[in-house]
Amino acid sequence: MSSILRGLKELKNYPSAMVGLAIIAFLVVLSIYTVITIPYSEAVKLWRGADQIWIENPRFARPVFFDWFTPKKLARTIIVDSRNNPNAKIVNQYGEDVEIIITLEFDFLYDEFPTEITLFMNKKIPGSDMYATFYWETPDGRRINLRRGSIKTRDSYEISQDTALRRRLGGKDAHVGLFSAGDNKKPLKGKYRFVIEAVSFDPEDDLDVRLIVYGTIHGIAGTDHLRRDLKIALFWGAPIALIFGLLAAVGTTALTMLIAAIGVWYRGVVDGLIQRITEVRMILPTLVILIMVGMFYSRSIWVILGTVVVLGVFGSGIKVYRAMFLQVREMPYIEAAQAYGARGGRIVFKYMLPRIIPMLIPAFVTEVPAFVFLEATLAFLGISDPVVPTWGKILYDAQSKGALYMGHYYWVVIPSVLLIITGLGFSMLGFALDRIFNPRLRRM
Amino acid sequence: MEEMGMTLASNLKRILKYFLVRIIIMAITLLIGVYVVILVANMGGAVDEIRKSEIREAVGRRLLGDENYRIMSSEERQKYAKMLEEIEFKRFGLDQPFLIRSFLYLKQALTLDLGNAERLTSDTGSRKVKLIILERLVPTLVLMMTSFLILFFSALTFALFLSRRYGSFFDKMIIALAPLSAAPAWFYGIFLILIFAAILKILPFGGMVRVPPPDNAFEYFLSLLRHLVLPVFSVLLSSIFISTYNWRTYFLIYSNEDYVEMAKAKGLSSAMIERRYILRPTMPAIVTSFALSLITQWMGSITLETVFNWPGLGRRIYEAISNFDSPVIVGANVIYAYLLATTVLVLDVIYAILDPRVRVEATGGVEQ
Repeated sequence: MSSILRGLKELKNYPSAMVGLAIIAFLVVLSIYTVITIPYSEAVKLWRGADQIWIENPRFARPVFFDWFTPKKLARTIIVDSRNNPNAKIVNQYGEDVEIIITLEFDFLYDEFPTEITLFMNKKIPGSDMYATFYWETPDGRRINLRRGSIKTRDSYEISQDTALRRRLGGKDAHVGLFSAGDNKKPLKGKYRFVIEAVSFDPEDDLDVRLIVYGTIHGIAGTDHLRRDLKIALFWGAPIALIFGLLAAVGTTALTMLIAAIGVWYRGVVDGLIQRITEVRMILPTLVILIMVGMFYSRSIWVILGTVVVLGVFGSGIKVYRAMFLQVREMPYIEAAQAYGARGGRIVFKYMLPRIIPMLIPAFVTEVPAFVFLEATLAFLGISDPVVPTWGKILYDAQSKGALYMGHYYWVVIPSVLLIITGLGFSMLGFALDRIFNPRLRRM
Repeated sequence: MEEMGMTLASNLKRILKYFLVRIIIMAITLLIGVYVVILVANMGGAVDEIRKSEIREAVGRRLLGDENYRIMSSEERQKYAKMLEEIEFKRFGLDQPFLIRSFLYLKQALTLDLGNAERLTSDTGSRKVKLIILERLVPTLVLMMTSFLILFFSALTFALFLSRRYGSFFDKMIIALAPLSAAPAWFYGIFLILIFAAILKILPFGGMVRVPPPDNAFEYFLSLLRHLVLPVFSVLLSSIFISTYNWRTYFLIYSNEDYVEMAKAKGLSSAMIERRYILRPTMPAIVTSFALSLITQWMGSITLETVFNWPGLGRRIYEAISNFDSPVIVGANVIYAYLLATTVLVLDVIYAILDPRVRVEATGGVEQ
């Protein structure tokens, strides 16, 4: 045990190991922060995005920090709600009829056009007849008639999807046409007004509306095609990657070592059986088997993890450990242990395994990135736990929606950078440990 | 003379016996491995239930358009439908239990009688599994062989170069860069596409040739080369640092041997020392690891081909799995298993004959 501690102390002579340790520490802190601030059940619910939780987010929005690196002011999402501005609404009673005029005002001061405009409406009395006219007023005093029509109890008006309006705006999308003056390529800055003049034939009726002008940047991580905040998957990706990578690496290395030791000690049939299983396993292509398990049986992250460990245990590593244990078995101290009457189990656990543990540490650390990337690879192919948000899953979504082709680079780059940082952290530490604990390499 | 002939003959006999044992063990391994694949690919028989319910549905649909069926009583209808289903089950061999059929599949798979696919068809419209797999083998081989040959020779050259300059700047650089190999090729592929296709727009996003493909053979070749650049480069990025690092260490160990010192003392040129005294003893191990990784990578190309939309075998296997097409999955795996087993065996034979240090035991393995 003391040799291990001495080896670990030596780590500080390796700058790469210190960088690796710093990265791992950062990931651990990030994971703990994530698990505390966004509880798992919350993350799952948010990532599923039921009940239109994300309706106020723009689609394909870049992270907010993009704004810091450009002289332009990038468009943020503007939400104007009539419930928050009591002065916005005027109600006039005309006998049995009621007229409701809502004026929503907002300042638009950005250097680029928004991506979408949508109006959400809530009417008080279900089943009543309500008709409304929608107007748009620009800072330079123009008044554009948008549409006229009836309003249902819970209604929305996707202004950007209004094809009649698009024709009237000269073929421009509403979120461009309504914000531009003439053929100008830049949006017109200033105070905009959105006016609804509604008439209902029920005197008790009331109307509340919420106008959302979707921007191009959102949050610290941006959003995806379903308006979901990528922050959730980026943050939750860290604990998942760490847990998967560490458990798979620990499980594989520890079990491989144990099985190799048992085979070497008991020889004969046991050893032969272990070797034959390994040979059969080598003929099976790992990734293909994993994809089949994911597609046919279960996509639960635990089932995948279990399969990864089982396939990993009987891999090429078992031959390496076997060769090491064959040398250990012939050592005099094992003979001494036998002489005082130690039995198989005791010799394997108390005498053979501890001997190899220093070799195990670097092997285990270097294996972690391989498993982190294996999980990402599977997720990238669409084989991942349906409820757990991970980095690989973001990449899968991005790839299947052609993110690179459409220019949504942030969508691909941020999860990839997190993945490679994780991989590098463990791998740098592992390489340094390898040089410390493998005396043959130290001479080099 | 006579004595030498005797030892030669006994040696030959021993080698032959050793290989017979090896071949038998390999055959049994292959048998079990392929059987496991068959079990997994058929979900232990559950795929059969899917097929059966599909047949029932098809029979039901067919009966709806049947004039006679309409005038039958409900009892007759059931009997008639059942009869038709039974005929269909028999036609696909589904009337026998899965256990028996699994051994039939095993026999067919091992004799490379790969049969017909369930759902997939080849690009020419055939249902033959052999065609479905073979037509995709060439693109995969083009991609894999190109990247691996470049990887092999460049890593070997760099490693030799670095082993001569131990501790130099480049040597330290390779040690620092080695951890980059933690990421797989497809991962670098994404970055390369981002830089060279999306931002710089100088190379294609993916695919194997331009659409529509050029008629002229020369232009076809140029287009293929253009499409090869990014995937090959991503394989290189993900493997070259670690391969160089490993082989450099390996060469360093071997260049500390006494006979190398001896050669140096004799005043041989460093090129000759490298060729005769360092490369020669290390080559077998390097070639083995290279040949094995070539074959295993061949199956691992699924993701790389997905990223680059490369029409290779990896994509096809993925399609087969997502379509529950067991015959294609089994077919691809059988070919893979045969390739792997044959390579291992051939390498074994070559070393046992060529390398005088390999000790041949009739029952054990080759020990170096």
